[in-house]
Amino acid sequence: MSGLIFNLFIFVLASFVGFELISKVPPTLHTPLMSGANAISGITIIGALVLAGEAGGLLGQLIGFFAIVFATINVVGGFMVTDRMLEMFKKKDNKNE
Amino acid sequence: MSEFLPPSVQAVLPNIIQLVYLVATGVFIFGIKRLGSPATARSGNQLSALGMLIGIIITLFDQQIVSFDIIIAGIIVGSAIGAVAAKKVEMTAMPEMVAIFNGFGGGASALVAWGEFARQTPAAMSDQVLVTIGLSILIGSITFTGSFIAFGKLKGFISGNPVTFPGQNFFNAILTLGTLVLIGWFTYDPTNQLVFWLIFGIALVLGVLTVMPIGGADMPVVISLLNSYSGLAAAMAGFVINNNLLIISGALVGAAGLILTNIMCKAMNRTLGNVLFGAFGGADSTGAGPGDTDKTVRETNAEDTALQCAYANKVIIVPGYGLAVAQAQHALKEVADKLEKRDVEVKYGIHPVAGRMPGHMNVLLAEADVPYDQLYEMEQINPEFKSTDVVLIIGANDVVNPAAKTEPGSPIYGMPIMDVDEAKHTIIFKRSLSPGFAGIDNALFYADSNQMFFGDAKDSLQKLSKALNELD
Repeated sequence: MSGLIFNLFIFVLASFVGFELISKVPPTLHTPLMSGANAISGITIIGALVLAGEAGGLLGQLIGFFAIVFATINVVGGFMVTDRMLEMFKKKDNKNE
Repeated sequence: MSEFLPPSVQAVLPNIIQLVYLVATGVFIFGIKRLGSPATARSGNQLSALGMLIGIIITLFDQQIVSFDIIIAGIIVGSAIGAVAAKKVEMTAMPEMVAIFNGFGGGASALVAWGEFARQTPAAMSDQVLVTIGLSILIGSITFTGSFIAFGKLKGFISGNPVTFPGQNFFNAILTLGTLVLIGWFTYDPTNQLVFWLIFGIALVLGVLTVMPIGGADMPVVISLLNSYSGLAAAMAGFVINNNLLIISGALVGAAGLILTNIMCKAMNRTLGNVLFGAFGGADSTGAGPGDTDKTVRETNAEDTALQCAYANKVIIVPGYGLAVAQAQHALKEVADKLEKRDVEVKYGIHPVAGRMPGHMNVLLAEADVPYDQLYEMEQINPEFKSTDVVLIIGANDVVNPAAKTEPGSPIYGMPIMDVDEAKHTIIFKRSLSPGFAGIDNALFYADSNQMFFGDAKDSLQKLSKALNELD
């Protein structure tokens, strides 16, 4: 179980980092923060890649395929829509200068 | 792709992959850090996307990956769907969009856990892997179906009103407990396929049952919470495949969702438990109109409002979701521009639940080119109302209802509100005197300092804009 304990340490410490980082984000940016964080949660694609690409059985590859599709929608859609929103914020910034 | 590398590199490849994951983790953290200010936020998001790309590319060098057909097909299909959705979505529909993306993220994590279970022989899996497979399936599936229900409620496919049946909370609690027991059983005896499928099935049902009783007005809390779950699901998948990049990224997202959930609950003066189990807050309220018929309201029109605003020193605009529904952001910006030309100080006061998700109103106004430095949070703007001549309240109701401060019996009592009643004059843009989502009458309508500007928000603002032109 030592692997689990080690992973738990990582998880808890990363959560603290997350709380510190995210509590500094101003309310103006909460929607892009949420959709950007959402895109990051698509990191699970890494597990999906191994599933879909290994030599194992058909079932594993099929699950892997759908896992990749789902995760990619999340990643690509999430980052793109966040960029679209933040571009609108950025534009005003330039105009004010 | 590892076969393209020299043998000496292949020997240490697993270590190289882990080190590159460490780099990707750092890039994510820097990316999120840069989201802390509007000026750097866009580059921060791009940095996060870069971190994701690094993670994906280095994974393709994993020696377990031998065929790329399915990977390429999956990425093409997913990218196409994601890109089209991201390009097409209206800013008013962002909450639905985020909800459904959350669902796909949670679903992907559940699938990864399922795939790990399917590809290994049960006897070969450690307790750690088994228990986290169970938890991954549970959280991922709840996120998946819960998000789709939230999406349906926001879109209007499913009634925004709380859908309940007697003993629902008790039933859900039993189901949740039961699933946890099943996960314990599954860890003890992974050869029993039935237990695995029971966990999967119940988790999918739980997602539906936990979101159905939550009212449309509480969706900002639910989306934030589901966002947190999608992160937790990714972290759990990280435990399953023993990957620190997943664990850390998942934890970061989980923390983000939890912070936003907490902010939304505070803004509505509700506890998370009350939102999840209280079945409060339908999307539309019927009946419960203004009780007293002898109360009078003062009505105003475009010409009078134009005069009042044009000769004011300071005007604060308090927008609500009704503004977005009427698509009146651009008309509002036009009015604000004309006032500024007359040297009137214009500010926007944004209540945390002004939109349908955290920060939603800010995005809607940014889309209409309102400079973000004119947008003020509730705590910042509240002390300023005393020195304000005119407050324009557009499409907002409950967030300016003084009952939250004065009537202990009111359902919204204790909810932080915008102190607009301290301003010299308030003008409420509204279709009628109907109460808001909570079905509570608003005493502000009848206050001496208040005037009602009846009509569609966009229409009224366009008339106001025209009236401002004719003042010269």
